[in-house]
Amino acid sequence: MTDAEFVRAYEIAGADFTNAGRASTGIKETLKNMGLPSALIRRVAIAAYEAEMNTVMYARRGTMTLRVTPEDVTIDVRDEGPGIPDITLAMQEGYSTATPEMREMGFGAGMGLPNIRRNTDELVITSEVNRGTALMMTVHVS
Amino acid sequence: MADEHYHSIRFDASACHGCMACMRVCPTEAIRIRRGSAVMLEDRCIDCGECIKVCTKNAVVPLTASPAGLGHFDYMIAVPSPALYTQFDLDVTPGTILQALRNSGFDAAAALSWSCGAVTHAIDLFLSEYRGPGPLISSFCPSVVRLVQIKYPELVDQLLPVLSPREVAAREAKLRVSADTGLPLDRIHAVYVTPCPAKLVSIVDHPGMDASFIDSAVGISDLFPLLAPVIRDVQTSGAKVPETETAAGLGWAFSISLPSTLPAEDTMSVWGLPNVLRILDDIDKGKLQRYTFIECHACFEGCVSGALTVENPYVARARALRLQQSLPKRDPVDPADLRARHARGEFRTTLPFAIRPPRPLGRDIVTAITRMQERDRVAARLPGIDCGACGSPTCAAFAEDVVMGEAEQAQCVVLRKEQLEEQAARLAAPLAGTPAGPGSARRSGDDRH
Repeated sequence: MTDAEFVRAYEIAGADFTNAGRASTGIKETLKNMGLPSALIRRVAIAAYEAEMNTVMYARRGTMTLRVTPEDVTIDVRDEGPGIPDITLAMQEGYSTATPEMREMGFGAGMGLPNIRRNTDELVITSEVNRGTALMMTVHVS
Repeated sequence: MADEHYHSIRFDASACHGCMACMRVCPTEAIRIRRGSAVMLEDRCIDCGECIKVCTKNAVVPLTASPAGLGHFDYMIAVPSPALYTQFDLDVTPGTILQALRNSGFDAAAALSWSCGAVTHAIDLFLSEYRGPGPLISSFCPSVVRLVQIKYPELVDQLLPVLSPREVAAREAKLRVSADTGLPLDRIHAVYVTPCPAKLVSIVDHPGMDASFIDSAVGISDLFPLLAPVIRDVQTSGAKVPETETAAGLGWAFSISLPSTLPAEDTMSVWGLPNVLRILDDIDKGKLQRYTFIECHACFEGCVSGALTVENPYVARARALRLQQSLPKRDPVDPADLRARHARGEFRTTLPFAIRPPRPLGRDIVTAITRMQERDRVAARLPGIDCGACGSPTCAAFAEDVVMGEAEQAQCVVLRKEQLEEQAARLAAPLAGTPAGPGSARRSGDDRH
């Protein structure tokens, strides 16, 4: 196949709720502009948004890197934050460590990571407590 | 699809000064300034008319018919927007306005209350049976529908598949006239008196329908100068004018009259395209699913602030509320009749809403990847101040235009200035240490004269 690859990185600031969601909106617009199928874009956009909000809510800062090849759309999110002590537990629907403030804003249903898993074809999570979390999300183009 | 890119406005290059006011205000970045005048990107325009509102040169021309250009048909019915009722002083009743329309050459003028009330009931019945994904998005504003079709293709199935009051009013009026006169339906012409050009889009190419029941549209602002004296004549004649409207229709001048059975906390009303864009963005992200129905209006004050209205929208809205109080409150709709009509599908659109994604950067994924890389390379060099002097609304849009071959990088005045300064520095370098040469002094002197 070809080695064509588009890469763009977005910075995410922790606790910046005014700009929260900008990176995933940017990713969505970019994929639309590239003419990818809208069903695929929606899955990527939902996964990217959940991951971005996790970074905004829990981490100090993070980067989200979009990678598009003719085969895959990959989003790599790395944050500097508290990390996830028990990933298996965090992947369970309904499990949440959201604060009352986060719940006030409509988050904290414990659906973030399960939602990401549901909307991606591949998901790799690595995390180190007190250091940060990395999510590698992949959706196949074809 | 011959009408795929039909638009209800056009730009008049001879009147346009290229001032960029329209380009800056366009919510879908569908305007560029090329060779000194505005041009439309047809695959992005949603016909909202914001460009008409800001243009001071009358260079954005609505394609609604002039009153003289409506043509002659066997039978002409005026179908007013409820916004028309709010454009005159409070002592001008809806009955007077309908009479004045009949006195100005229309064979009939359709009252709106029944269709407005019927659509409110129809929304109620539809929602009570609906089991699909939520929330549903109102489809009565053609600009909102086009926005969803262009920018949020995944949401087209959440557009409310219920006909607008104007369509129902036109259909019912035509059926009544046909029954009364024996004329076939195709010889009866329905003219919508419209507050905005966008309604023309739904007349020429009705989303979710084979054809609109309305045949043409005349702008309120075009009809106003002709109608105002006729209204005065009706008032001074002392003739008793029957009032056929009820309070049910007036609320639709600025919002959708939602069924009282729908809990307010399950609905949301959004006015103005920047706000509509944010809400649609949230729905697209999978949020707001707990809401049943979201009404969206392209204009900030709803239809009373359409680009073809004449009155201050806040005055118009206050008048709509006053008129609502003074008109009979009775529900013009017979519930049993309405349920029967609903069961027959009389209020439903008949086709799925189409999607209209704009042209992507590349037809295939490899081209799109290459062009997107190039777009980012161009964008990285641009100043990011969105000055618009290049003729594109933002630096990001300009970068795309360059990649698509529709603009030259040299059109960026900031880049040009940097290049000129570099050239000047290179030329000046060998002269470093010597006083300013006569050439440069003469050039600055020339500028002054």
